Amino acid sequence: MTAKSEGLPKVTRPSRAGDRIFSALVTGAGILILAILAGVAVFLLYKGWPALTAKAEELPDDETFLQYVWPLAFGTVLSSTIAVIIAVPLAVGVALFITYFAPKRIANTLGALVDLLAAIPSVIYGLWGIAVLGPAAVGLQQWLYDHLDFLPFFKGPPSPTGRTMFVLGIVLAVMILPIISAIVREVFAQTPRSLREGSLALGATRWEMIRMTVLPFGRPAIISASMLGLGRALGETMAVALILSVSGGATFNLISSGNPSTIAANIALNFPESSGLAVNLLIATGLVLFGITLLVNAAARLIISRQIRG
Amino acid sequence: MTAVGYTTKLPRSGTVPRWAPWLTYGAATALAVILSRATGANVALLVVAAILLAGATIYVWSRAVEGSRRATDRVATLAVTSTFAIAMVPLVSLLVTVIRRGSDRFDVAFFTESLRNVVGDGGGAVHAIIGTLVITGLATFMAVPIGILTAVYLREYGAGRRLATAVTFFVDVMTGIPSIVAGLFAYALFALFLGPGVRLGIVGAAALTVLMIPIVVRATEEMLRIVPNSLREAAYALGVPKWKTIVRVVLPTALGGIITGVMLAIARVVGETAPLLVTTGVITSTNWNPFEGRMMNLSVFAYFQYKTPGVPPEPYFARAWAAALTLIIIVLFLYFVARLVSLRWGRTEIQR
Repeated sequence: MTAKSEGLPKVTRPSRAGDRIFSALVTGAGILILAILAGVAVFLLYKGWPALTAKAEELPDDETFLQYVWPLAFGTVLSSTIAVIIAVPLAVGVALFITYFAPKRIANTLGALVDLLAAIPSVIYGLWGIAVLGPAAVGLQQWLYDHLDFLPFFKGPPSPTGRTMFVLGIVLAVMILPIISAIVREVFAQTPRSLREGSLALGATRWEMIRMTVLPFGRPAIISASMLGLGRALGETMAVALILSVSGGATFNLISSGNPSTIAANIALNFPESSGLAVNLLIATGLVLFGITLLVNAAARLIISRQIRG
Repeated sequence: MTAVGYTTKLPRSGTVPRWAPWLTYGAATALAVILSRATGANVALLVVAAILLAGATIYVWSRAVEGSRRATDRVATLAVTSTFAIAMVPLVSLLVTVIRRGSDRFDVAFFTESLRNVVGDGGGAVHAIIGTLVITGLATFMAVPIGILTAVYLREYGAGRRLATAVTFFVDVMTGIPSIVAGLFAYALFALFLGPGVRLGIVGAAALTVLMIPIVVRATEEMLRIVPNSLREAAYALGVPKWKTIVRVVLPTALGGIITGVMLAIARVVGETAPLLVTTGVITSTNWNPFEGRMMNLSVFAYFQYKTPGVPPEPYFARAWAAALTLIIIVLFLYFVARLVSLRWGRTEIQR
């Protein structure tokens, strides 16, 4: 078997037992991966099914599955959306800084520093959010409440501990920033030299060069990287479980102490003490989360692959 | 791409002095600091105000001397530089916090004692450290062969096949699986055979395997891609079978990069909390056996010490921070070793 795309000459070798075994082995590994992914969907569905089909009376709190999962899904999407809104402009700025503004000698080191943000375990982000950022944000939330309380987001009353959706959004933004910025950085750096130098030669300033060549070239990458970041934020568990003070249903009020939980955090908070149908219920919500992230990630991948082909 | 909006006059001949931007940023920062001391206003707001003030000043100054296009360029430079500075604030703050608070209990007892029969002060996390090593080691043991073999399939056998396209796509999708969903999957799988409520180290390792595989596949594939074809062709020309070419020529050539990828994958999962929270359970004493009984690990340890402290809470918080510091040290160690490996045996080896 010759790999045509690698330009090897087509030769016929006598088939050998070792070759056949090895080929079966590696193909088996590939199939195993598909099986694992299918297994994730099948087992979650199998274990979640009793809760999906249960009547309201049988479930805890006498709620149907949809009533149970709706505020959680709302909280998940809300916190991730805030994170993406904060993270994307920052990530694009960071990527621009590293590729076109920072001195060439230290650019790699700065990039590694940003990547370091991605290496820090999420439980530590949770501790940091609850111990440092939350208290630090209390004043800012008070200010937002004092001056912008006509917006539904800042209706207050502001939480005295800072364990709010607002703070959570910032922490999630910090967590997904390195993911977005790493992808965007790579694409920015690939902007054709001819375009960049052409615009500079025509007298463009550095910013005009970036606006006219780098940003248009990188736009699909920015979109798909944002969606990958969104996917990561949707599934983030520990930071949410630690930071958010949960009570009440779906609300757009970002700075009060009553916040909807997220699907992932709700599982983490309740799974260790659950048994019976409650476990099935949590697994069913996990299935919903899996579905949402699958859609977001698949869409992002499609955009990326289309750009590479186009 | 027409030059819409660029019909303005040519830049004026003058330029602002080289030190102008620095003077502006410095003055704005100083003003912000003084204001914050004087009024006690919010620091975050003042930083924003300082950046805006610096931007406005440099714009007006530069526009008067150099024209509007140069002025816009200077403002953009300030804005882009500020985003980087802002992005670095959490990293610095987080590291400083973890080091400062974690060093309280970063002592001998923390690494030699478990929490067995400990109430309040004292005790350590040796049971959690052992659990972390066992679970992560087991996951690595399962994920690395599968990952490398899959990457070999994709690069050396799969070209143009539909199965390979599907595997590539689903490896990408797998990268995005939320870690808690991986944990639920492992739980559901094992609960099927061992009954509900199963809590074992091996279940957690299975969950981490799901998270590690796509990282290993990606890294290995990337390295196999840059192994020169001339090496493969030379081996074939000598009559070496394809499998032996891969095992003895291609993989050793890519070894440095593969090791780097594996270490980064370990660094990714060593701090995972959510999947272990639902699979390995909580325990206060040491357990070496992943196939029997519950197993603690560092991140779950940190989580529970902080989330459900006793009275007084301080010793529990101190242990949580010490566990966080230990985790960060492990992750950074893996990260830097990975960088060193890739510098030492990275692309240079392959381009030789």
